[in-house]
Amino acid sequence: MVEAAHLRKTYGPTPALEDVSLSLEAGQGLTLLGPNGTGKTTLLRILATLLRPSSGSLRIVGLDALKEPPAVRGAIDMVGHGTWIYEDLTAIENLRFWSVMGGHDAPRSRLHAALELVELDTVAERRARTFSAGMKRRLALARVLLGRGRLLLLDEPFTGLDRAGRKWLGEFLMAFKARGGALVVATHSFDAGLGVADRVAILAGGRLVLDRPTAQLGHDELRRLYDDLALGSGIAS
Amino acid sequence: MSGYVRRAWIVVWKDVLSERRSKESLNALVFFSLLLLFVFQFALGPERARVETALPGLLWLGFILAGLLAFGRTFLVERENDCWEGLVLAPGDKSAIYLGKLAGNVLLMAVVEAVLVSLFALFFTLDFTSVLPGLMLVLALGTLGLAAVGTLFGAITAQLRARELLFPVLLLPAAVPVLLAAVSATQTVLLGEPLGEAAAWLKLLAAADLVYLVVGVLTFEFVLEG
Repeated sequence: MVEAAHLRKTYGPTPALEDVSLSLEAGQGLTLLGPNGTGKTTLLRILATLLRPSSGSLRIVGLDALKEPPAVRGAIDMVGHGTWIYEDLTAIENLRFWSVMGGHDAPRSRLHAALELVELDTVAERRARTFSAGMKRRLALARVLLGRGRLLLLDEPFTGLDRAGRKWLGEFLMAFKARGGALVVATHSFDAGLGVADRVAILAGGRLVLDRPTAQLGHDELRRLYDDLALGSGIAS
Repeated sequence: MSGYVRRAWIVVWKDVLSERRSKESLNALVFFSLLLLFVFQFALGPERARVETALPGLLWLGFILAGLLAFGRTFLVERENDCWEGLVLAPGDKSAIYLGKLAGNVLLMAVVEAVLVSLFALFFTLDFTSVLPGLMLVLALGTLGLAAVGTLFGAITAQLRARELLFPVLLLPAAVPVLLAAVSATQTVLLGEPLGEAAAWLKLLAAADLVYLVVGVLTFEFVLEG
């Protein structure tokens, strides 16, 4: 599903990513861990084809994502730092907009069903401007429910969600993988992130310093490795 | 409805709905038009001949100044909550987004122009009824040209830090052919002459509209990708 090799990204003279290689099969979930400023968001944006790497190669669903970004975008869904929400539209209007823009004009019943899943059905006709950060996060996830992406990229998806929301999201991501989707989650949240991951990777100083199956890692061992590799590299957390 | 038309339509729908609810641009533009008219009336005084001579230029000065405010904001809403990213990742031909934004801008400008022309009639006791069809044709062609180039430059500058400075610097020179033709055609129409007298200016307007539209449609994808 994803094959990235030797990705490098610099902003002017400052390197953000250095020689990052990773691959991800259909039905797999990868959790990216790392302190702030280590390149997690940059990597996600490159995988989403929103950012061009300075060098390296990237194939998504078998296509060269650097040469033909539009061809692979239909396979990608993303919830980044921004929620893609228009504040003056209602929840259901936001979903309708992105559903049409995504090329799948979902009927109103499906939009309502998506809102029901994220427990926003009672506020479907309320303007997004009145929503809390957590509600906006749920609305962004409802948009993903309507999508047809096979690769889902999530940047800090658990932020702003309460306990029930985290549980729901975890279940949704597991179901997404079970349907053959591939998942990349960048997070600070060890527990929530690991719950949906088959592999865990640690980014430190723009480099991938660890990429292992979660089955080989205990929680305590991962915590120790994270402290050694990410925080021990002198990067502020 | 094809996917392309549906995407263009949903952008218009979203922009019109957002504007109807927030009234951010419309309120500011109507208030700005009122201020402009006060300034014009103060500068020109009560002498009717002077007003009639300056009227075509004043009308289009009002429209372009309102357009500078309106078009520059077109894509700012897409920066909020990173909606821009969503537009980039949306599959399909991106020019549908441009055409949707353009249609939204034309509608907004149509409202502002209707208000401005009505206020001109009220403030300067002018009667436009006999020249209204010709005037509407010139306004429609001129507005389309201004909105076509304004929407494109609005997208180009939306991602820049110095956008408030760069937007008028880019837009005004590019809009010169439209303004020149629109002011001249408006003058002919307001003098009560047959529309055929302004044929050359109308052709220039239509040609400029076509060029700006084609350039906008062809280049928008690159602009959106940054």
